[in-house]
Amino acid sequence: MTDDDPGPALRTAALEELLVERGLVDPAVVDGFVRTYERDVGPLNGATVVARAWSDPQFREWLLRDGTAAIASLGFTGPQGEHMVVLEQTEQVHHVVVCTLCSCYPWPVLGLPPSWYKDPAYRARVVREPRTVLAEMGLDVPPERRIEVWDSSAEVRYLVLPRRPAGTDGLTAEQLAGLVGRDAMVGVAEAVEPS
Amino acid sequence: MSAPLLDVAGPAAPPRANGEMVFAEPWEGRAFGLAVALAEAGVFTWDGFRDRLVARLAADPAAPYYGCWLAACEDALVAVGRLGGADVSTRAAGLAARPAGHDHDHDHDHDGHGHVR
Repeated sequence: MTDDDPGPALRTAALEELLVERGLVDPAVVDGFVRTYERDVGPLNGATVVARAWSDPQFREWLLRDGTAAIASLGFTGPQGEHMVVLEQTEQVHHVVVCTLCSCYPWPVLGLPPSWYKDPAYRARVVREPRTVLAEMGLDVPPERRIEVWDSSAEVRYLVLPRRPAGTDGLTAEQLAGLVGRDAMVGVAEAVEPS
Repeated sequence: MSAPLLDVAGPAAPPRANGEMVFAEPWEGRAFGLAVALAEAGVFTWDGFRDRLVARLAADPAAPYYGCWLAACEDALVAVGRLGGADVSTRAAGLAARPAGHDHDHDHDHDGHGHVR
């Protein structure tokens, strides 16, 4: 750090001071956004959507037809969720999501993206060699299953609907949601089988 | 939004799934919150911010993500005429020059590294 570079913490504090003085932001509103995405909004929202789709065929059909409306019906709305498209994993096709240019991600259902999703290596390589990248991340996609890579855009955010694991017939919605991790909803993992 | 009760220890526990903190340092959260608040208030559009984030990330792929985020926020504010290009540097220099706060330990004993006070 040189004398003319105060460092990001000080720059951020300086920027916030200026914006508050100019009446452009309210610190309490900033606090609210930080707290919301630090504590309240996370993959459990998406897992709730997935569990509902697994248990309710009508909801599943709605979710695949109009992801935005079906997700909003469960109360999950907000920035970066205005246009949601849900991708269903099948025996024939495996979907995986990336944002090649930055880090677009469906905040209302998954929270903020993990560091690997923002990493230039993932953003570049998953498009070029998805099968290899997924294998490195611990997911071996069967060779006969096609992989489709979806690049998030300024307009569209994707949520992957994982395949329902075997042996889950008697489970409640809460128990089903517990099998659905963030990585499965980005398409770099599967839902886990009940132990 | 009626969020369900959070399972803070289970497999789907937000916000630190897989042991990952959402923000590594407090300033990252602040920079994040500022950009979201500015877009929500209509000071700049999210697309305008995103375009600048994309440009910053492309210009220096090795740069820390939230550093690019902060720079993009400044770029977007400059573009809509709400910030001068040197405003933040000037204010930051002023903050740096302020007398240290009450919690700052003035230790002029430069040969005492590592000793326990």
